[in-house]
Amino acid sequence: MAGPFNWLSQIASITKFNLQTLPQRMGSSAAAIFGIAGVVAVMVGVLSIAQGIQRTMENSASSENVIVLRSGADTEMMSGLGGDDTKIISEAPGLARNENGAVSSPELFVIINLPMRSTGTDANVPLRGISRTAMDVREKFEIVEGRLFEWGLNEVIVGVGAKIEFSGLEIGSTITVAQEEWPVVGIFETGGGLAETEIWVDGAVLQPVYRRGNSYQAVYARLESEDAFQEFKDALTSDPRLNVKPMREADYYESQSAMLYKLITGLGTLIAIIMGCGAVFGALNTMYTAVSSRGREIATLRALGFHSSPVVISVLLESLLLALIGGLVGAGLAWWAFDGFRATTLNWSSFSQVAFAFDVSPLLLTRGIIFAMIIGLIGGLFPAVRAARQPVSSALREL
Amino acid sequence: MKYLYLVWSNLKRKKVRTILTLLSIMVAFLLFGYLAAIKQGFSQGIEVAGADRLIVRHKISIIQLLPEAYESRIEQIEGIEDAVHQTWFGGVYQKPANFFAQMPVKPEEFLEMYPEYLLSDEQKQAWLSTRSGAIAGRGIADRFGWKVGDRIPINATIWQREGGEMTWEFDLVGIYDGAEKGTDTSQFLFRYDFFDESRQNGKGLIGWYSVRISDPDQAAEVALKIDQEFANSPAETKAEPEGAFVQGFANQIGNIGFIMMSIVAAVFFTILLVAGNTMAYAVRERTNELAVLKAIGFTDRGVLGLVLGESFLLTFLGGGIGLGLAWMLVSMGDPTNGALPVFFFPTRALIIGIVLIGLMALAAGILPALQAQRLQIADALRR
Repeated sequence: MAGPFNWLSQIASITKFNLQTLPQRMGSSAAAIFGIAGVVAVMVGVLSIAQGIQRTMENSASSENVIVLRSGADTEMMSGLGGDDTKIISEAPGLARNENGAVSSPELFVIINLPMRSTGTDANVPLRGISRTAMDVREKFEIVEGRLFEWGLNEVIVGVGAKIEFSGLEIGSTITVAQEEWPVVGIFETGGGLAETEIWVDGAVLQPVYRRGNSYQAVYARLESEDAFQEFKDALTSDPRLNVKPMREADYYESQSAMLYKLITGLGTLIAIIMGCGAVFGALNTMYTAVSSRGREIATLRALGFHSSPVVISVLLESLLLALIGGLVGAGLAWWAFDGFRATTLNWSSFSQVAFAFDVSPLLLTRGIIFAMIIGLIGGLFPAVRAARQPVSSALREL
Repeated sequence: MKYLYLVWSNLKRKKVRTILTLLSIMVAFLLFGYLAAIKQGFSQGIEVAGADRLIVRHKISIIQLLPEAYESRIEQIEGIEDAVHQTWFGGVYQKPANFFAQMPVKPEEFLEMYPEYLLSDEQKQAWLSTRSGAIAGRGIADRFGWKVGDRIPINATIWQREGGEMTWEFDLVGIYDGAEKGTDTSQFLFRYDFFDESRQNGKGLIGWYSVRISDPDQAAEVALKIDQEFANSPAETKAEPEGAFVQGFANQIGNIGFIMMSIVAAVFFTILLVAGNTMAYAVRERTNELAVLKAIGFTDRGVLGLVLGESFLLTFLGGGIGLGLAWMLVSMGDPTNGALPVFFFPTRALIIGIVLIGLMALAAGILPALQAQRLQIADALRR
C-alpha cells in the first residue's frame, strides 16, 4: 500500500492539519518566533558593525594603489621617511605618471584632539598633510562643499565623516593647531573609506608646525597597473639607499582593521551562540507543547494507519516554518534598525577615530536566516521524534 | 516551607518543560553576566582611577611628546605633591596581535604614584639594580607564560635603538599584582633611564605626566594652573583628572560598547518574555488542579503563594545557575585575547542580576498567580 506518493500525501495532510491548529497555540508559537527573531536581529546587528568597519577599509583601498612606510613600522603614525627617500620612491619603476610627474604623494599623518558631537569629550582625529599629487592618487576625491585649501596657506578641508562626528568642523569654523587658527574651507568625499574621517591640510604647512623639517611619514602612490607591484616593490627593497616597506593598499588596510574586526566578530559570534542556545530551548518548549497538546490527535492518525516518519517530518516542518518567520522578522528588523547607522570608534592600529556605517549585507541576512533555521531544526527534532515514538495505546488514553 | 514539596512536585510534573524553561532563564542570565564583564572591560579604569591624580598631556594630542624637564616645573606648582612621566612604547611581542601596553617609567617614583601596583620589595630591589630590568602585570605574565628571569624581546615600532636596531631586550625581574580587581595588570614597565640612553631619537621627551595633588577637591584649579604654566610655550599642555581622562578615552571606543549593550538588553528581555510565557502557560494548564486544591481547603492566598513560589523557585534556580556559569566563564579568561585590559565579574552585576531575577520571577508569576487566587472553584472544576 505504501509508495512515495502515499507517503508524501501523508506528510501533506498532517502538516496541513498542524498548521490549521496553529492559531490555537498562538501564545507559545509567537513566543518562539519572537525569541528567534530577537536572536537573529542581534546576531546580524553586531556582525554588521564588523562588516561596516571592514567595508570602510575596503573602500579606502584601490587595487592600483600602494603605500610605502619605513620598514618595521606597521602604521603611518609610527613611520617616518626623509624628503630624499620620498624622491627616490617617486622615481621607482612601475608608478603611473601624468603631466605633473609620478603619481606619488608624500604625506604627513598626525592626530589632533577635537570634541565628539555625541559626548563632548575629546577624540583623536587624524590630520593629514598632503602633497599636490594626493588627489591624483585618490581618484574618488571630490570636494562636495566649499573649496580646496590654498596651497601654502593655513587652511584645511574636512572629510564628510569627520564633519558629522566631531564638533566645530563646519565651513567657516576654525581649528586650533599649535596656537594658530586654521579655517575650514571645504568638505570632501573619497567614495567612503577612512580618509573621510580625516582633516587635510597642505603638507608643507604642517611640516614646520610639527617641526618635521623636510620629512614625511608615508608615500601614497598609484601604479601603472595592478601587476606593476612586484616590479615597484623589488626596486624599492633592493635599493641600498632605502629602508622601506611597500604594501598594496588593500593589504595595508586589512592589517589595520584586523584587530577590530576580529574583536567584534569574536564577541558577536559568542553572544549569538549563547543566545542561540536560549532560543533553541524556547523553540523546544513550544514544539513540545504543540506536540503534547495534540498527543491524542497524532495517536489517532497513527491508529488510522499513518506512518511515524510523516509525523516526524510534519512536526519538523512546523518548527522550521516558525523559525523561518522568526528569522525573516529578525533579519528585517536588523536591516531596518541598523543598516547605514553611523558610528565611530577608535581604531587601535592608527590610534585615531574611524567613522563607519553599519553594513547589513545580504550575506549577513542569509546567515541570520540560516541560523534561525538551525535553531528551528534542533527545536523541532526532539519533540517530533517523541511524538512519533509514543505508543498509540497510551497516547489515546491520555487526557 | 512545608509547601516546598508541593511546589517542587508541580515543577516535576512536566520535567522536560521545566528543564527547558530553566535552561532559557539560565542562558539569559549567563548572557547578562558575561556582557556585564565585557562592558566592565571596555570602561575599565574609570572606577579605579585615583581621585587625587591628574593626567597632563600635550594639548594637541597625546601622541605629541612633552619635555622631560616639565616634571620639576610641575612639581613646583602649589597643590602638587609629585609628578611622574610615562611614554607609549608601542612595541610588538612576537606578533602584532599580541597587543599590550609597554611603558618606560622611573621605577621608584612610579610605584609610589601607583600604590595599587603591588610589587614585592625583593623584586623592586632587583628592578632598581638591573638597568634592562622590566616588570609585568600578573595578567600579561600569565597570558604569555612569563616567569621572573625571562628575557623578553620586544620589537620597536616607534623607538629605534641607537644604531637603528629595532629589537629591545628586557630582563623580567618582577611581576606585579593589582590591589583591586579592576587594576590593570596587563602592563609591561621598564626603566626610563635605560630607555632614554638607548633610544636614537627624541631623547629627553616623554609621553605624559601623572600628577598627584594634595586636595582632590582642588583638581580643576590645579589643572588650570598647570596649563597656565605652559601656555604659549611650544608644548602646551592639557591637564585633567585621571577619571575624566580615562572616561574620555572610553568614549572614543564608546558608542560601540553602548550599541552592543542596548541590543543585548533587548534580547535579554526577549528571552525572559519567552520563558515567562511558558511559565504562565504551565499554570493555566493546571486550572483544574488548583480548583481541587481550593476545594480541599487551601485559601486564596495560599494558592497565590503556591503559584508565585513556583515561579520564584524556577527563576532563582535558572538565574542562579546562569550567573554562576557566567562567573565561571569569565574567570576562564578574556574572549578577545587581550584586547580588554581587565576582565572580571563585577560585584555590581551580581547584585543587579539578583534583582533582575526577582523582578522576572514576579513578572512571570504574578498574572497566573492572581488568576489562581481569583479562581472560582465551581467554574474551574467545570472546565
